[in-house]
Amino acid sequence: MADKIFRVNMSDMSTRIEEVPEAWMGLGGRGLTSTIVAAEVEPTCHPLGKRNKLVFAPGLLSGTPAANSGRLSCGAKSPLTGTIKEANAGGTSAQMLARLGVKALIIEGKPADASKWYSLQVGENGVTIKEESEVVGQGNFATVQALNQRIGDKVGVISIGPAGEMQMLAANISVKDPDNHVRSCGRGGLGAVMGSKRVKFIAVEPTDKKVAIAEPEAFKAANRAFAKALVDNPISKALAQYGTNVLVNIINESGGLPTRNFTAGQFEGHEAISGETMHDTIVARGGKPKHNCHPGCVIQCSQIYADVKGEYKTSGFEYETIWALGADCAIDNLDHVAEADSIMDDIGVDSIEIPVAFGVAMEAGVLKFGDGVELCRILREEVAKGTPLGRIIGNGAGSVGRAYGVTRVPVVKNQAIPAYDPRAIKGIGITYATSTQGADHTMGYTIATNILGVGGKVDPLSKEGQVELSRNLQIATAAIDSTGMCLFIAFAALDDATCLPSLIDMINARFGAKLTADDVTQLGMTILKTEHAFNLAAGFTNKDDRLPEFFRDEPIAPHNVVWDITDEAIDSFWNF
Amino acid sequence: MRFTVKLFAYFRDNRFRAEVRDYPEGTTVEQVIRSLGIDLEEVGVTMINSRHCTLDQVPAEGDQLAIFPAIGGG
Repeated sequence: MADKIFRVNMSDMSTRIEEVPEAWMGLGGRGLTSTIVAAEVEPTCHPLGKRNKLVFAPGLLSGTPAANSGRLSCGAKSPLTGTIKEANAGGTSAQMLARLGVKALIIEGKPADASKWYSLQVGENGVTIKEESEVVGQGNFATVQALNQRIGDKVGVISIGPAGEMQMLAANISVKDPDNHVRSCGRGGLGAVMGSKRVKFIAVEPTDKKVAIAEPEAFKAANRAFAKALVDNPISKALAQYGTNVLVNIINESGGLPTRNFTAGQFEGHEAISGETMHDTIVARGGKPKHNCHPGCVIQCSQIYADVKGEYKTSGFEYETIWALGADCAIDNLDHVAEADSIMDDIGVDSIEIPVAFGVAMEAGVLKFGDGVELCRILREEVAKGTPLGRIIGNGAGSVGRAYGVTRVPVVKNQAIPAYDPRAIKGIGITYATSTQGADHTMGYTIATNILGVGGKVDPLSKEGQVELSRNLQIATAAIDSTGMCLFIAFAALDDATCLPSLIDMINARFGAKLTADDVTQLGMTILKTEHAFNLAAGFTNKDDRLPEFFRDEPIAPHNVVWDITDEAIDSFWNF
Repeated sequence: MRFTVKLFAYFRDNRFRAEVRDYPEGTTVEQVIRSLGIDLEEVGVTMINSRHCTLDQVPAEGDQLAIFPAIGGG
């Protein structure tokens, strides 16, 4: 069936199915969410008001048998950063929406009656809006269980937790995964936008329909070559064994592991929170070291982390979360970190923003560095319940800094800087500064080339080559984020000459198109420029593309380096 | 000459996490890797004292040599 735009208006409670405009035909995922937000949202609007729109889009290859193509993009104007935003996650919904023929789901307007909550149910014939009460106030885990019982366990679920209901700026949007746990469109407070629309969850009905493929044989051959490139890549193998948390030790060794609210570049407790320790703990307790976040993933970087009794504690236990709680908050105890990760998934908050906010709160003396027990208590009793302290933390690192008068606040455009110190790994500093969405490592992951030796080598401490590196990666990432592919295909794409051509062959076979590698690069550039233009129209200037000043003033051990890339060099990022 | 060798991920299996080891003067990073029975093809990153190094570099007395397989994440 032909793809359509499904549109829901929460002001008048109407729903429509529309033809896809010609200009949106070749887009998916981030390319589509950003194009729609740029086309339909007033850049200066209040992100939690009726003029903002929340847009979901599966990728160009989602719903097909393409390996690793199950990412769901979600976009809006971000209430955390004020910029355009796209966040994507695995789970089952992207593939289900694509099979239902949903090119994009646009939620606009806002109910006049702010006392009621609603759900959306997406099926072959469109979207149904219903009033909801049962799961209001519930966490994501209880919401998924209730909907499995109510609708059937094959239902796709996209939901917000209590943090989203309270419109906290670090609220995320959760997507049910194949094991009835959740993955998250994590960054930028998109859960608050969903909460502002009074939508508690979106249920996606299962379907027997299939995504149409223009040239099935060519598609099959391309997918075989693509999957082989992913499976054969040594980094894919390490990801399956250790998860993304394999990075703790190498980033620590490089001196770029931000520790105790970014006051040092190495954490003495790194072994206790490392991927190696996590792997051994999981194996000893009978958890699962490898696990997929969406059907069709051949990398399987996720895992099931078990508690001391061998029972499920958390999954999708990522490096950035473990870094933030572990090194940045100095909690050298993986069980405390896992407990916090599970609570954050349940209440629906970004597990980068919130722990970085705790790091700032620790510096302010709200709690002690290393106090994992108190951190979990605050999450459960303050953030989940919306107490004044809970809201200060739930609104992110910048909010905590303002509330407590802390100047060492690691944010760009009010979004927390993740797990790589820009003083010691300078390429990622360019990405943090210039990203269209605030500090976000996934926008242009220079760590690959600065530290991991993937896609060439650029000295992390040198000022040379960092802008070009970040630019090339940000362009490529914008394109990959439009395909529905997991970003981890990039490790194979950067070093295996068969990977990217087979991905493009798949897109061509799916749509009967004739895209070249240059077209894909052009797509990435267009997406970045569209996002940048939205931000400029929202009032941002090049002066916002800067790192906090403490990075300039405070040398970080062990290399004792500061952020020393000039403003002119940063601004040259946009010369393309 | 004594320096510390640190191993990561599966390079630790049946070897060690970190050891101060004795090598003849002039031993290169590559020779250290070979002496440990690690397949050079599997080596992703090497660092001396937290700086990336090449396989033909020679660690000095008291250095920290870190050897990683090809890994990624993010």
